[in-house]
Amino acid sequence: MTITESGLIGKSVQRTDVIDKVTGCAVFVDDIQFGPNLLHSRLVRSPYPHALIKKIDTSKAEALPGVRAVVTGKDLTARLGLYLIDRPIFAYDRVRVYGEPVAGVVATSEDIAIEAVKLVEVEYEVLPAIYDPVESAQPDAPLIHPDLGSYSVVNFIFPEPGTNISEHFKIRKGDAEAAFAACEAVVEGRFRLPPIEHVPLETHTSVALCEKTGQVTLWATSQSPFAMRDMIAQSLGISHNKLRVIAPLVGGGFGGKAGVTMEACAVVMAQAVEGRPVKLRLTREEEFVGTSTRQSLISDIKVGCDKDGNLQAMELTYYFGGGAYNDYGVNIARAAGYSCTGPYDVPNVKADSLCVYTNTPVGSAMRGFGMPEIHWGLEQIMDRLAEEVGMDPVEFRHINCVQTDDEIVSGMKMNPIDLDACIDKVTKAIKWDIKEEPTAPNKKRGKGIAIMWKAPAMPPNPGSSAVVRFNEDATLQVEVGGQEIGQGAFTVAAQIAADVLGVPYEKVTVSTPIDTKYSPYEWQTVASRLTWSMGNAVKAAAEDARFQILETVADAWNEDIEDLTIKDGIVISFKSEREQPLNKMVIYGMPNDDFEGWKGGPVIGRGHFMPTYVTNLDPETGQGTRAVVHYTVGAQAVDLEVDLETGQLEVLNIASVYDVGRAINPDLIMTQIEGGAVHGMSSAYEAMIFNEDGVVINPSFVDYRIATIADIPRKIHGDYVETPIDDGPWGARGVGEHVMVQTAPAIANALYDAVGIRFSDLPLSADKIYMAMEEKESTQKD
Amino acid sequence: MAKHTITLIINGQSEELLVPSNMTLLHVLRDQLGLTGTKNGCEAGECGACTVLVDGEPINSCLVLAVELEGREITTIEGLSSNGKLTPLQQAFADLNAVQCGYCTPGMLMAGTALLKRNPNPTAEEIQKALVGNLCRCTGYQRIIDAIMEASRNGGAQ
Repeated sequence: MTITESGLIGKSVQRTDVIDKVTGCAVFVDDIQFGPNLLHSRLVRSPYPHALIKKIDTSKAEALPGVRAVVTGKDLTARLGLYLIDRPIFAYDRVRVYGEPVAGVVATSEDIAIEAVKLVEVEYEVLPAIYDPVESAQPDAPLIHPDLGSYSVVNFIFPEPGTNISEHFKIRKGDAEAAFAACEAVVEGRFRLPPIEHVPLETHTSVALCEKTGQVTLWATSQSPFAMRDMIAQSLGISHNKLRVIAPLVGGGFGGKAGVTMEACAVVMAQAVEGRPVKLRLTREEEFVGTSTRQSLISDIKVGCDKDGNLQAMELTYYFGGGAYNDYGVNIARAAGYSCTGPYDVPNVKADSLCVYTNTPVGSAMRGFGMPEIHWGLEQIMDRLAEEVGMDPVEFRHINCVQTDDEIVSGMKMNPIDLDACIDKVTKAIKWDIKEEPTAPNKKRGKGIAIMWKAPAMPPNPGSSAVVRFNEDATLQVEVGGQEIGQGAFTVAAQIAADVLGVPYEKVTVSTPIDTKYSPYEWQTVASRLTWSMGNAVKAAAEDARFQILETVADAWNEDIEDLTIKDGIVISFKSEREQPLNKMVIYGMPNDDFEGWKGGPVIGRGHFMPTYVTNLDPETGQGTRAVVHYTVGAQAVDLEVDLETGQLEVLNIASVYDVGRAINPDLIMTQIEGGAVHGMSSAYEAMIFNEDGVVINPSFVDYRIATIADIPRKIHGDYVETPIDDGPWGARGVGEHVMVQTAPAIANALYDAVGIRFSDLPLSADKIYMAMEEKESTQKD
Repeated sequence: MAKHTITLIINGQSEELLVPSNMTLLHVLRDQLGLTGTKNGCEAGECGACTVLVDGEPINSCLVLAVELEGREITTIEGLSSNGKLTPLQQAFADLNAVQCGYCTPGMLMAGTALLKRNPNPTAEEIQKALVGNLCRCTGYQRIIDAIMEASRNGGAQ
């Protein structure tokens, strides 16, 4: 793809934030200095996964010298949530998960707060807990939210009051039953994923200050300062202009810092000690126990094809273990529902995607949002079906994968994509057709492929806005409400503005931190939507500013706008060959040619973008005109080997290719592809482990291991293809989350190729692999 | 809690400090001196985000008590570049996009700087061994390895 005239779109310019980050100057929430007035806080957390709160006695804690306040949920019964308003700020009548906050302690030092937490006496009546989403979905299961029917909910989520089902999304397309009867081959299976953690290096941190006027300021580690403000303001009855959220750079998010986690607790504690900032900083243990997780999933998948391998029918039931509160998780089950087939053309589909309350940590957004979960089973069962009809997994995918203009499972027409090209690139990169020798005699080697799709999962109308504002010397500020979480969003915003305005990239600064008082609105930094949605807004703002500049110059010179352009910061007339540097004119305007009066004034461009074309889906069939804005697709192929003596996997090569529509900054795309491949690989080995009392027993980096620098694949073959879409800037769409969606099933498929064993449950731990190989060997001996 | 007067040489400057017995170097740097480039990731010595150099050796500053360091030379991320000039390693991290969210970056740079001082031409395996205690969730590490090798070609730890 060619780069634009300015050369900036399609160019790997340096990140706007990188010098700050390599010099230690980058400011994160915990780095902000509040001086001696700062108070510290800790949360009192439930020791039980499910219990009624009978009594909370805070008197001993309050009496401890240095304690300034102890707050509970007693007078705070309003709930909060993004899609389903089901979550209290502090549990007040019942706790639904181990580690749920029941009280907060504010003190002059963190040590005193830790002591005071131990002095808060809570009397519980323990209730039976339920952890398995299939069990919890049964009609006779004990209810985790008896009041489900009274909760507010958006109009596209369908809870089933009187059960633990918080969302039930249905697809009824064609006649799956009849189609199965005519199939040549049918396979079915049940697949499981445990909850896993986001594990950002920066733990959740908030500082809240409530002035005596009632004005509240919240500094938060947040991917969504505006959604956070909206939810907390609604829950606490604060008007939006009295609650200001300031969100500095985020030290890793992956979805875990979307919505609201514990930030409302900090606000409530600050309200109890007016005039003093209160810091709530989660420990690493709390980051594992007390924040959201990726939901668990049990998926039942049945799929059939004709004798030529053409997919004919699917029947799917997804049981998402949504955890104690499903305020965000309901939309994960919905997204999994309307994308339930994976990136395949299947004419007959019956699917039920359920979000189910369980007494486990709150399931919420995590990189890929429902897609890694469903692709784990889907991409393995496609391999099984291919084998059943004697086809190569790659050929099977070429035949069946979704194409531009296909009518997909939700009834929507597929946007332009080229998944076949992605498949071709990954299979070439790992030499799919060559059976390679293991690197040692005690190892076996195998190759596997997996493909994916994902659409931004969000309400139909999430908005973005942007402002472009010049300084006197023609440097400019780009103001956005989207967040920099490491993905490079600010860099892309600066590139787009510079390109449209014809100014050097180095002249552009993105205004930080994001501050709801000054920054223009952005829904949330989630769903890989910023390059696309915020990018559209920045482009519109820059075009608006460009028009103002050209109009002023055209007026002053008495020329037509069409004859003018801006290049390297200078307005040029093609017609008269006159030149006007932006310097000064963008603030002071220009004198008329006859020096009688002036034109123009300070240039401020504004732009917004909101998709207006997404339609609701029929609640009984899941069918509609346009379920989502668009899909991004991609393929990964893995070449690995297994140590027969230990069960240890080593990924030798991973190829990872996505159709990004249009690459605005190619190297930033590659950094997502590489980081995502390792994140995806790591996720295949990760699991939160609970004991029989629902307690997380591995809440540390030692016991919950994430990939280290020693664990990475020997080679990551990253690449992309470009099939532009009509609603993104220069055709671009998102890719940040997609890059880890199908890594785990690609590994599982390669593992099968190596040792001939299918693993339907994550994680792929060495001991599990070793035991399975032992079992297979002993069965063969018998 | 008893307090002690100690002197540390921090980024070449002598600092006299009054610290409680149980205060770690991490908290002295961040809370008493405002040197917040050194990050707090776990306070258990497991993630490496708080890595600083003590007499040139990389340590987890969350694991060492400040009172044990009387007279020692501490180098933090703020002490790497001078007069706006990046070290070859900082420059390589920036040039190769070995940075995403940036929270692990100061620790990576300190561990990488120490490695290049004792081994100016490390192999990829030697880099992996030296930085195995520094966790990153964003980058996938390959560019960090590449950046350290690039810096070793461009003057090492200077």
